Amino acid sequence: MTDLTSLTLAEARKGLDSKTFTSLELTDAHLKAMEDARALNAFVMETPDQARAMAREADARIGKGEGGPLAGIPLGIKDLFATKDVRTTACSKILGNFVPTYESTVTSQLWRDGAVMLGKLNNDEFAMGSSNETSCFGPVGNPWRREGSNTTLVPGGSSGGSASAVAALLCMGATATDTGGSIRQPAAFTATVGIKPTYGRCSRWGIVAFASSLDQAGPIARSTRDAAILLRSMAGHDPKDTTSVDIPVPDYEASIGKSVKGMKIGIPKEYRLDGMPAEIEKLWAEGAAWLKAAGAELVEVSLPHTKYALPAYYIVAPAEASSNLARYDGVRYGLRVPGKSIGELYENTRAEGFGAEVRRRVMIGTYVLSAGYYDAYYIRAQRVRTLIKKDFEDCFTKGVNAILTPATPSAAFGIGEKGGADPVEMYLNDIFTVTVNMAGLPGIAVPAGKDAQGLPLGLQLIGRPFDEETLFSLGEVIEQAAGRFTPVRWW
Amino acid sequence: MTATSGKLMKGATGDWEVVIGMEIHAQVTSKSKLFSGASTAFGGDPNTHVSLVDVAMPGMLPVINEECVRQAVRTGLGLNAKINLRSVFDRKNYFYPDLPQGYQISQYKDPIVGEGEVTVELDGGKTATIGIERLHIEQDPGKMLHDQSPSLSYIDYNRCGVALMEIVSKPDIRDAEQAKAYVTKLRSIMRYLGTCDGDMEKGSLRADVNVSVRKPGGPLGTRCEIKNINSISFIGQAVEAEARRQIEIIEDGGVIEQETRRFDPDKGETRSMRSKEEAHDYRYFPDPDLLPLEFSQAFVDELKAALPELPDQKKARFIADLGLSPYDASVLVAERESAAFYESVLAALPDRARDGKLAANWVINELFGRLNKEGRDIASSPVSASQLAAIVALIGEGTISGKIAKDLFEIVWSEGGDPRELVESRGMKQVTDLGAIEKVVDEIIAANPDKVAQAKAKPQLAGWFVGQVMKSSGGKANPQAVNDLLKSKLGI
Repeated sequence: MTDLTSLTLAEARKGLDSKTFTSLELTDAHLKAMEDARALNAFVMETPDQARAMAREADARIGKGEGGPLAGIPLGIKDLFATKDVRTTACSKILGNFVPTYESTVTSQLWRDGAVMLGKLNNDEFAMGSSNETSCFGPVGNPWRREGSNTTLVPGGSSGGSASAVAALLCMGATATDTGGSIRQPAAFTATVGIKPTYGRCSRWGIVAFASSLDQAGPIARSTRDAAILLRSMAGHDPKDTTSVDIPVPDYEASIGKSVKGMKIGIPKEYRLDGMPAEIEKLWAEGAAWLKAAGAELVEVSLPHTKYALPAYYIVAPAEASSNLARYDGVRYGLRVPGKSIGELYENTRAEGFGAEVRRRVMIGTYVLSAGYYDAYYIRAQRVRTLIKKDFEDCFTKGVNAILTPATPSAAFGIGEKGGADPVEMYLNDIFTVTVNMAGLPGIAVPAGKDAQGLPLGLQLIGRPFDEETLFSLGEVIEQAAGRFTPVRWW
Repeated sequence: MTATSGKLMKGATGDWEVVIGMEIHAQVTSKSKLFSGASTAFGGDPNTHVSLVDVAMPGMLPVINEECVRQAVRTGLGLNAKINLRSVFDRKNYFYPDLPQGYQISQYKDPIVGEGEVTVELDGGKTATIGIERLHIEQDPGKMLHDQSPSLSYIDYNRCGVALMEIVSKPDIRDAEQAKAYVTKLRSIMRYLGTCDGDMEKGSLRADVNVSVRKPGGPLGTRCEIKNINSISFIGQAVEAEARRQIEIIEDGGVIEQETRRFDPDKGETRSMRSKEEAHDYRYFPDPDLLPLEFSQAFVDELKAALPELPDQKKARFIADLGLSPYDASVLVAERESAAFYESVLAALPDRARDGKLAANWVINELFGRLNKEGRDIASSPVSASQLAAIVALIGEGTISGKIAKDLFEIVWSEGGDPRELVESRGMKQVTDLGAIEKVVDEIIAANPDKVAQAKAKPQLAGWFVGQVMKSSGGKANPQAVNDLLKSKLGI
């Protein structure tokens, strides 16, 4: 039997349906791979017993012909998703050994459809980071290394565990979340496919909040088709999240292989940054050429407020985060570091419980919301947000179906290489992705090539609101043209 | 709008005017909390009415309870206020253990209800109109319990997340009486609407009172806010005490510091809680978990059409239709239950036009008087509306006198029974047989020639004869007939 972990989700589904192998076998193969890959630190909690129990149940259901769309498929879950009876920490010390009594809507939909949980995946603390280095469980290794180098690279973040685990074939797919690029940037760093759907497509209920108006769940997968299959199960209206949108979820998989002929693809000139590496430039041109070859029409478009997106993002996101994280106070759950007064208890708990990056963002957020600064920062950032949104709307009104950009300004970098002295250096990773969150649009990152050192690079496609289908169709074109990329195992 | 002038306060340097604005926190009557499905029932064991949302578990999200929205709109309509079809929930950020999210979901810039006004009743039949600045909805925090352990504080989150309406007045209130009347009126309106039970002992209604003083017509003074007063009489006392304190400071050459104070009812004084410098920076911003609250004018119109008759309307109707005095009408409508009782009495009267006013007197004087004396409320009245209506009808039709009616009321109060049957069985019927009364009158005149002479000289003394006749008839003689007969027989 071929190594079951090397299959795509779609291939595994076929094998399960035809009873070529069982979910238990598939699950065991992944559990074994997880064990062998602990050096990557992708999982912060393995749940083998639960995985096998779920796999057996899936096998029984498949046997009766009652398997759901994801029956028997082993997945990893970002530790930001609340999982009933399984420790959920957001990779922060402040949540300690918090075990929810509830299951997030997104994960409960995966289990409803028959998926199997392998465990919880590492991420940047409270999803704040672009390298997975802020996790209280330590950094995650990228399965990719520079050719001829033993340096361990970051998998990107905040969904670094998800991207690393999918790329290293430890799970068939993973849940992730994206507030400023946390799905797409790690996908690009690991040659996986990651889609951040339109804001409101997936329920945020049960996902530890970072910045409520920007957070969206989405999958990281081994192929565009796999991402489409996973998103269909994850998406949908939830009365418990009033920002989720009550419109039908299409069969995304049907978009895979659909012709893109006649589609208008916007190439935004503002994304051509000064000093952008030639490799990225080349990749972008290549991607455009592939889409053109598939019958799409390329048009140059302008998104004039792009340059304000990152600064505005770093006002809006920390502002919301400073408030969202106020609940971690040592009073009801999670870490408590006592003090002589309630004020001291708060200070001690939050000083010890939050890592440096989280503390930095809480402070920035508190500052920009404070009296006298609110109008200058928060209100102005919201205005910028409206303008960014309008930039995209203007493009789409002119008939543009999707916009093609690089996913990241560079390939993966080494652990500890960036952001040590200047956090902005790290923040710049999200330069191409934050605009999409600010506008609430769907964005997909697909692997498109490698840099000179053999590291994967990704392209991003940005779509119209709730038109993830077009992104899947276009993503598939790039995937077919660029081919699949698999890292050489070193762990 | 101009405020109705109030009672000025005397100081060493002359008169002072008190300027008062109020924020009333009224708990919304609803089965479940503002943003969670947890029960709002009062008095459960600690932390038994708590949902995951209420205690801010990670990843929990608020979902607006539409009934609370309807209640706020109803209240706004009852305050003759502008209903905003679009309003926004904001987060008010501060740390306190009774506030699990670390922020209170409230409405800051765009409240659900805008400007309105209420008319309040003052002594001597006067009224004052108080402007409403706004009404917004927000979450109640939990409750700290400091008396359970010498070293630890406990928290009960049962109340946490219950919907409150904060009703902010304009600074139109000018003295303690107006302040009390304002709260009384708001409470009455909300109880009529069924939007707040107004139970101040249980904390369903609390007031923050802003007080400043100035020379009449002068510029506004610096205000102090007295927090969380939970009784109407304390509101009056707190206003007096705080105004007095401020006048004394200013007259001693001091300056009023803007600060938050609390009222100590035992000492009858206000005490500083925190100064302006210690005031929180709440860092309000729109709650990204909640979309703006939007509804249609049709939604408002539907609620408006279904509103019950409110105290002002009822009062006007009582005056116009039944000829009640404004004072009596005010007394009757002040409490929804009293008005309902009176209306039940009216409904049971055979001749409402004739006896409606008499019924009002009986409800107010006899029934309320007796209930007050015994510390009972209208719900536990031993005399039912139909019994009272029967008593009033017996007076109205001339079957019994007012005096006999009081005896009858006593019997019904303590023994119960059908008043009409009691009058029959106990022989309480009024004697209207002129012959019988004339006989008694003649006897008394004959037996008291000296009094007759006196009465002829001084007609006021005829009252003595009336008393004698009533006495000898056991109070049953028709007083009008007695009077008429005496007048003609005595020639006065």
